[in-house]
Amino acid sequence: MEHQPTPSPAAGDPSRVIETVFRMESPRVIAGVARIVRDVAIAEELAQDALVAALEQWPRDGVPDNPGAWLTATAKHRAIDLVRRRERYARKLAEVGRDLEATPYHVDEPADPDDIDDDLLRLVFTACHPVLSAESRIALTLRLLGGLTTAEIARAFLVAETTVAQRIVRAKRTLAAKGVAFEVPYGPERDARLGSVLEVIYLIFNEGYAATAGDDLLRPALCEDALRLARVLAELMPKEPEVHGLASLLEFQASRSAARTGPNGEPVLLGDQNRTRWNRLLIARGVTALGRADAVATGAPGPYALQAAIAACHAHAHRYEDTDWARIATLYGLLAARSPSPVVELNRAVAVSMAEGPGPALEIVDRLAGEPALRGYHLLPSVRGDLLARLGRTAEARAEFERAASLARNERERELLRARAQDCR
Amino acid sequence: MPRYMSLVRIDETTAPQEGPSPELMERMGELIEEVTKAGVMLDTAGLTPTAQGTRVRWEGGELSVTDGPFTESKEVIGGYAIMQCKDMAEAIEWAKRFVKVHEEFWTVTCEVREIVQG
Repeated sequence: MEHQPTPSPAAGDPSRVIETVFRMESPRVIAGVARIVRDVAIAEELAQDALVAALEQWPRDGVPDNPGAWLTATAKHRAIDLVRRRERYARKLAEVGRDLEATPYHVDEPADPDDIDDDLLRLVFTACHPVLSAESRIALTLRLLGGLTTAEIARAFLVAETTVAQRIVRAKRTLAAKGVAFEVPYGPERDARLGSVLEVIYLIFNEGYAATAGDDLLRPALCEDALRLARVLAELMPKEPEVHGLASLLEFQASRSAARTGPNGEPVLLGDQNRTRWNRLLIARGVTALGRADAVATGAPGPYALQAAIAACHAHAHRYEDTDWARIATLYGLLAARSPSPVVELNRAVAVSMAEGPGPALEIVDRLAGEPALRGYHLLPSVRGDLLARLGRTAEARAEFERAASLARNERERELLRARAQDCR
Repeated sequence: MPRYMSLVRIDETTAPQEGPSPELMERMGELIEEVTKAGVMLDTAGLTPTAQGTRVRWEGGELSVTDGPFTESKEVIGGYAIMQCKDMAEAIEWAKRFVKVHEEFWTVTCEVREIVQG
């Protein structure tokens, strides 16, 4: 992923320093305040008020030793003032009073890191609440937890800034209207809610992964925003195997980012990638995260851990020929059993063809022929064509490649498939 | 999101012979935990003294190998951190927090450099 080097910021620009500190601390500030006011919209406003106060006071008095604690304390004091001032918060005042007695908080006394973590986790689960549409969850998560501005989110998702602003406003209203509690779910609801959180991070990553070289750099940067969120979540929920599974999967995917496009921005398939360009540090992190997923797992691995294990097989192969296809085929089998999907079956067929040959793979592919989910999906005839060609059934293979070419949306892929059809003589 | 390497340079003559104090190690541990929790820290480590290091040098077509300590250099690399940050300003902010956990008698320089990607 190419990007322009950012010019070094002038060390003496105090407002730049304050804005940077604020961006680094804002998720925790918002989270801490949201626990008091029980409303993320008000919490975000109060955090902004704390930023304004910092911009007034820090250039005069200097940056405090613990700027995060200062911002949180300032925003919390304002939250308490607000709650006391407004009559319509009378009911909440009682709650706050209890909370404050339970957890006394002063500027000079750093908050318990565990409390901050708990608040942050509440913010994660609230921003990813299933009452919100997927696109609202994504926008709210990037805004509140990823530290992206509305303009940055809009550019990354190729939509108007007003659209994103409306999504965020509507999302906050929905959370308030539905009375969504600012809490980490427990009991049977927890798994489903965690699934929603992981899905949001995965969707953000995939949006960035789908970006092409011609896109604004903020689009591919979404991969790193998602990866950072996954890393944060892995620290907040160290006992959840699927959180580590997702983090591992994204580390592995990101490790290949430099190798997956050619000099002209064209996609390079896994088998053709220059593996010396894979990032070894990210691979090592992927391996570590997968190990943590295994270590805390209580049952069979979940879908993210399985996908990470498949990605690990590719990462461990220094050459394409060294790939352990038998293990990959087994892992796809487990994945298909855990979360059945025709796309997973198709991937399993490819792995089986590499491990056992085209015959057994063709049986799997033929069972997928009538799948509505794969109708119009060019990879089905493309894979089938490849298997038929390897079995020497060239006339059938040619027809499949031609069909695949007619379905492919990408011009370069169409060219490749037409060339393969031509080769079948 | 770019990656940055913070090269930690220390003056070995001002660094305590017996190594960092337990208090420094504790503050450092807390900071590293914070940077990791922020999803920023990718890798970090300290290096053994230059007395245990060797320089392998290529100059004018001549190879030379010199064992440490490297007394001619006032500041030598004592450790590193690789961080993924939104921008240089954020990387600098973390570096500031890193140098501030040291006692006053230390001379520590973090040279923050962006890693070329792609």
